[in-house]
Amino acid sequence: MSAVAEQAVAAPPRRRLRLAVWLFTRSFSSVLGLVLVAAIVLLALLGPWIVPYPDDVQGGINLANKLQPPSWQHWFGTDEVGNDILTRVIIGARISLLVGIGITAAAALIGVPLGILAGLAGGRLREVIMRFTDLFLSVPGLVLAIALVAALGPGIVNAMIALILVWWPGYVRLAESKALSIREEPFIEAARVAGAQRSRILWRHVLPNSLSPLIVKMSMDIGQAILAVASLGFIGLGAKPPTPEWGAMISIARGYLPEWWWYAVAPGAFIYLAVLGFNLLGDGLRDILDPRSNRG
Amino acid sequence: MAGYLLRRILLAGLMLFGLVCLTFVIANVAPSDPAALAAGPDAGRSQIEQARRDYGLDKPLPEQFLRYVTDLLHGNFGRSVATGRSVGTDLARYFPATLELVIVAMTLGVLLGVPLGVLSALRKDGPIDHATRIFAVSGIALPPFWFGLLLQLGFATWLGLLPTSGRLSVFTEPPDPITGLLLVDSALRGNWALLGEAASYIVLPAIVLSLPCLASILRVNRAEMVEALRMDYVVAARAHGVTPWRIVMVHALKNAMLPTLAIIGLRWGWMMSSTVLVETVFDWPGIGLYAVSSAIAGDFKPVMGVTLIVGLNFMIANLIVDLLYGVLDPRLRRA
Amino acid sequence: MTALLEISDYRLAFDSFDGTAQVLDGIDLRLEAGATLGIVGETGCGKSVLARSLLGLNPAPPARVVSGAIRFRGDDILRLPERGMRRLRGRAIAMIFQDPASYLNPLLTIGTQMEDAIRGQDAAAGQSKRPRSKARALAAELLAAVGLPEPARLLDSHPHMLSGGMRQRVLIAMALAGDPALLVADEPTTALDVTVQAQVLALIARLVAERGLALMLISHDLGVVAASCARVAVMYAGTVVEEAPTQALLTNPLHPYARGLLAAVPDLDHPEHRPQGIPGSIPGLITPPPGCRFHPRCPIATERCRSEKPLPREILPGHAVACHHAAP
Repeated sequence: MSAVAEQAVAAPPRRRLRLAVWLFTRSFSSVLGLVLVAAIVLLALLGPWIVPYPDDVQGGINLANKLQPPSWQHWFGTDEVGNDILTRVIIGARISLLVGIGITAAAALIGVPLGILAGLAGGRLREVIMRFTDLFLSVPGLVLAIALVAALGPGIVNAMIALILVWWPGYVRLAESKALSIREEPFIEAARVAGAQRSRILWRHVLPNSLSPLIVKMSMDIGQAILAVASLGFIGLGAKPPTPEWGAMISIARGYLPEWWWYAVAPGAFIYLAVLGFNLLGDGLRDILDPRSNRG
Repeated sequence: MAGYLLRRILLAGLMLFGLVCLTFVIANVAPSDPAALAAGPDAGRSQIEQARRDYGLDKPLPEQFLRYVTDLLHGNFGRSVATGRSVGTDLARYFPATLELVIVAMTLGVLLGVPLGVLSALRKDGPIDHATRIFAVSGIALPPFWFGLLLQLGFATWLGLLPTSGRLSVFTEPPDPITGLLLVDSALRGNWALLGEAASYIVLPAIVLSLPCLASILRVNRAEMVEALRMDYVVAARAHGVTPWRIVMVHALKNAMLPTLAIIGLRWGWMMSSTVLVETVFDWPGIGLYAVSSAIAGDFKPVMGVTLIVGLNFMIANLIVDLLYGVLDPRLRRA
Repeated sequence: MTALLEISDYRLAFDSFDGTAQVLDGIDLRLEAGATLGIVGETGCGKSVLARSLLGLNPAPPARVVSGAIRFRGDDILRLPERGMRRLRGRAIAMIFQDPASYLNPLLTIGTQMEDAIRGQDAAAGQSKRPRSKARALAAELLAAVGLPEPARLLDSHPHMLSGGMRQRVLIAMALAGDPALLVADEPTTALDVTVQAQVLALIARLVAERGLALMLISHDLGVVAASCARVAVMYAGTVVEEAPTQALLTNPLHPYARGLLAAVPDLDHPEHRPQGIPGSIPGLITPPPGCRFHPRCPIATERCRSEKPLPREILPGHAVACHHAAP
């Protein structure tokens, strides 16, 4: 498989694209990932227009209807104040997707320029940037995020800020290693000798070469960011109820276990499917875009 | 080898100092006023100022930092402003529970992850490989807190097989700690009933905690095995008549284990950090639960203490991995 | 009398995204016990794939046997199950490789690797594995036999501590462990320094003579083959185009490709003769040229060469050529 994929990287563009599509569609898990991601994106885009009970989005109170089991009227049942869980879970897709993409994009926007700078500049500047990066990588993500949220105060915006602060160093590492390895390439040497400007080298060579691993990493990270936000929501440091955020919903639902078990099932299943989708997609993309780095 | 190790230790020491700085900075950018928190909700201005002086919060930042570092060197993590207890004592009390959980979960992850990785590499692109791939990605995608709730629901509530929360039944008197690890202490004392009880309580949280770790060990090990089995030295070993079992289990696996070890080191730290979720779900009285309840109360001395402990663990784990690298890879011994 | 090795009409294909590459297209070769045969050709002509076929080392898929037979002492290797193949490896046919640095496991000691080979061969033969100490003694003996000093110390060393020449000697020693009848050497000197090359070639020649080994030596370098082999086969794009006694080939090459190869070798006695390259490059094997695969580069190709594949003909005694236009 990856022997073929390596050919894909070396091949001319059109054939490469055809081969990439062929490889991608041949893999069941990649296609599954794409389908899941497409479904989540669709739900997020169409959410407000397709939910069965638009009034429940803001969290109305309808106690007569509370904690109903799943039925044709309420596929996933209703919650403790009588809101339709399906409605709230669909709206939750918006929040999670937005937050996931937002965190990842912000982290990449901070990390990639710093990484390229470190890789191309070398010397003391590189040393400073990289040591600073390592510092943030020295504490595993979730604990650092909790420390940051504890300092900033709970809430979804602060949770996002904390997670961006946790996430950017990964992009510095990635961009730096790419820039560094490209700097060693003979064609950069040739471009330099030929008198090309640094910005031009950056634009023409470093960025395009970093793009594949970057896309792969971002796809994976969106999934992980969704999971992290939900985790913070669950322990009470992220989104606050009645915001229909998946993690926060589970945190409330936990109090209604085991009698009203369905309350917790739907939001968790959506987190799982969303994260699974982005991970499978990233995995599939890696197989065709960046086959050499097969790291879990 | 000695030089290599010395460099690693120096680097770790440097990182540790950086970590101390980081926690200090985080604690001081906080918009909330720790003095106000310490003085309590009904405190007047003078009481808050009193608290500020008591905790040394009126001193200039460099002086506060110096004091923070000297305190830490003496094992003093400060006082919880919410409970007034020493954070160091609390950490010492909660850490063994977390350590025990992480050890059991890591053992599960390695014992299942490595063989499954080897198996799917050998059956590359076959049905087993596809199944383990989906399983591995699922392991990383499953929200641990939700998975934990489902397991509680299934195994504890519906099947009634296992307890849902805590380390021991509330009716069981915990033994005086020797190591603080219940499984070890009860075995040392020969208290088999207690050992069984402790084991039944640790099963579910350990499974939940180990799943992402298991998944990532599996993936890395599989990828590395696929790579190793394609290497020239494996072709040569086959040509020379080495048995297939030995080629896989020694010649290829030893090479694949190097990157796998690095992942195990990383995952040790991640696991310590995911205990905040798992311990919350299972009411496991470890540092994760301690950090969460303190963070919710806005009491961040304990949170910083946990951050330091987890960071320290992470560093030690990576140091051990570096050491094992040196043992396993003869090429490093010279460098 | 059956030959030690007889390859007849062997065709091997590699399946890939772009289609099926016909990597070996009807190979016929014969090797008697104790005989030496060199195989020369450019990179990508299929000589290494052919060598690996003898030990069943080509990964399948993508490799796929299309037709033909490789008979070793009369038994067809291509139809042997993996278990039967394992019985041959090391004990009947042994192999040495191009780059000794990558063909030794970096994490295991030389001793462990040799013992594993020796004990693995025992197991494949259905005997009980000899104890490690015995295997180690044999390994030390073999290291001494290939001229390595201090075998005992060497056994405890890791490959990175050895020079390229020493590593290749270790691999040769390992190949001798099962006392094979045929030694397949795939570019054994290509990765080595020139001075070491000569030593390794001399060692191989000595071992072949002492132990009565048959040798199949694969190289892109005519000089290397000429120094070690009584006969030479020239391969081009998956076919054998000429096979002859070494002297006959060097003095009177009959195939246009073989002539081109010889013209490309710098002649130190006559430096005024500039080496000549062959115009063009080797064809892709997914859609190889029809007829004779060499015809697009051939100076004497005719219409017939474009449509009809030439079969090997014995033009002089022991000198076969696959060319429509070959004449003595």
